[in-house]
Amino acid sequence: MTLHTAPAVHEDGYVPSERRIARERYRRARTRRATAIAATSTLVTGAVLFLLITGSPGWTRTKETFFSAHYARVAFPQVMEGLWLNLRLLAVCGAAVLVFGLLLAVARTLRGPVFFPVRALATAYTDFFRGLPLIICLLMVVFGVPALRLEGVTTDPVLLGGAALVLTYSAYVAEVFRAGIESVHPSQRAAARSLGLSSGQALRFVVLPQAVRRVVPPLLNDLVSLQKDTGLVSIAGAVDAVYAAQIIASKDFNYTPYVVAGLVFVALTIPMTRLTDWVTARMDRRRAQGGIV
Amino acid sequence: MHLANRPLVTALCSAVALCAALTGCAPQAEEKAPDRAAGATASCAPGKLATQVPGKVTVGTDKPAYAPWFSDDEPSNGKGFESAVAYAVAKELGYDRDAVVWQHTPFNSAFAPGAKKFDFDINQVSISEERKKAVAFSSGYYDVRQAVVALKSSKAAKATRVADLKDVKLGAQVGTTSLDFITDLVEPEVKPAVYQRNDFAKSALKTGQVDAIVVDLPTAFYITGAEVPEAEVVGQFAASSGDPERFGLVLDRESALTSCVSGAVDALREDGTLAALEKKWLSDAVDAPVLK
Repeated sequence: MTLHTAPAVHEDGYVPSERRIARERYRRARTRRATAIAATSTLVTGAVLFLLITGSPGWTRTKETFFSAHYARVAFPQVMEGLWLNLRLLAVCGAAVLVFGLLLAVARTLRGPVFFPVRALATAYTDFFRGLPLIICLLMVVFGVPALRLEGVTTDPVLLGGAALVLTYSAYVAEVFRAGIESVHPSQRAAARSLGLSSGQALRFVVLPQAVRRVVPPLLNDLVSLQKDTGLVSIAGAVDAVYAAQIIASKDFNYTPYVVAGLVFVALTIPMTRLTDWVTARMDRRRAQGGIV
Repeated sequence: MHLANRPLVTALCSAVALCAALTGCAPQAEEKAPDRAAGATASCAPGKLATQVPGKVTVGTDKPAYAPWFSDDEPSNGKGFESAVAYAVAKELGYDRDAVVWQHTPFNSAFAPGAKKFDFDINQVSISEERKKAVAFSSGYYDVRQAVVALKSSKAAKATRVADLKDVKLGAQVGTTSLDFITDLVEPEVKPAVYQRNDFAKSALKTGQVDAIVVDLPTAFYITGAEVPEAEVVGQFAASSGDPERFGLVLDRESALTSCVSGAVDALREDGTLAALEKKWLSDAVDAPVLK
């Protein structure tokens, strides 16, 4: 990252030297030049790609199969309706996964021989659900749980599917949290204990705040991943955005609805990615200033 | 920012190199075109069609291949209605049993644009005007009716009219006309469940996640007869207005074989072969009450 210092006259009467102004001017010129080169290069690449694709022999057919305005109009409202399911699942499962994952990670990092069964169980859980393919977990929960015919247990495929997502994703997220917890230097805990904090207090006020802050980027990564996987709940019959697209696509033999659904997801992921970048940058700045620890 | 250190030439070169690399791929796509154009002049001479593999006819279908359309998930055994129809059509075209090659074609890729790997695909695909924009169909080889299957214990089992199904949780497989019947004809108040495969729909029916599922009539009888005995066929839908719904063989939109294959299907209907095969493999599917 380049640091730009403003050359303006400051209140303390600082006047930048001729040499400095020239240097700044030169730097700005280089920046402009770089931008121009990048823009030209992008335009040329874009134009050639465009000509290449539109010039290919099957282009007309591809265009009407993948980019039909008619089907895009037909698909959009239904895809958006499906997306509402994805978003609700993301919000509820996302929150549940964070809480459950953190609990698992704490359980796994508890010290002392008395906690051995807790540690063992948490380890077994993460090992199992991290290894189990999500789709199989979904099928087992969605069709297996109702097959038990238990009183008072829901058969709603969305709730069951959501539960399966939480089971799998909390195993991933627990490992991320654990990595964060273990990355906190033991001296931190030792210092906390020597100040008179109990083991639980040391965890809560010293270890976890540092651990969580360190793992925010990978956590957001898992969240983006979860966002896309919420669609897998459709295996149980619920109609999410991608599935709404598939229904139209296979009815009329046109792939445009998939493109619409894909773009909708990309549009959703981009803000999340920018948020991740922003959070990371903000934390880096703080760390660079020695603000934390 | 750091681009500033690189000369203009490098940036442009990389762009040009990328384009060149991509252009290098292009001719492959173009080579296919003349081949297919040449095939367009073929006639229907028995055993001499311009098929994908000369001397053989390649038939596509999805996997698993469901009964009663196929038997034991093995299209090449000649058992099951569609397997039998495929062999009959091939024979009519002048290809005997040994010359028929089966090929796994997922439903979704059967209508993908671009060159097809099969000569025709047989997979309970209903003919529709919309679909004809993407693929070519032969004449219909089977008039299909849609039917409702429900657990004997459920309220849906008592339905006698389409209106009785309005407040029922219905399910169907994606990409089927069964789903269209639900959305267009029944117009249920509860959103229908849509399944990737009939297997999942059957599971949901068994566990009570849906009250009833809609499938084509022969499948309905197969489900109640062999797979979910605690369910029954509630009834069938009357044919929607106009043309009856028909299954057709799927061909590439530009395929030169379409008229030949259609001719073969028509001939099989004329000489009673199709009716005989229907009687043999789908004989159950006769008298389900019609839901008014």
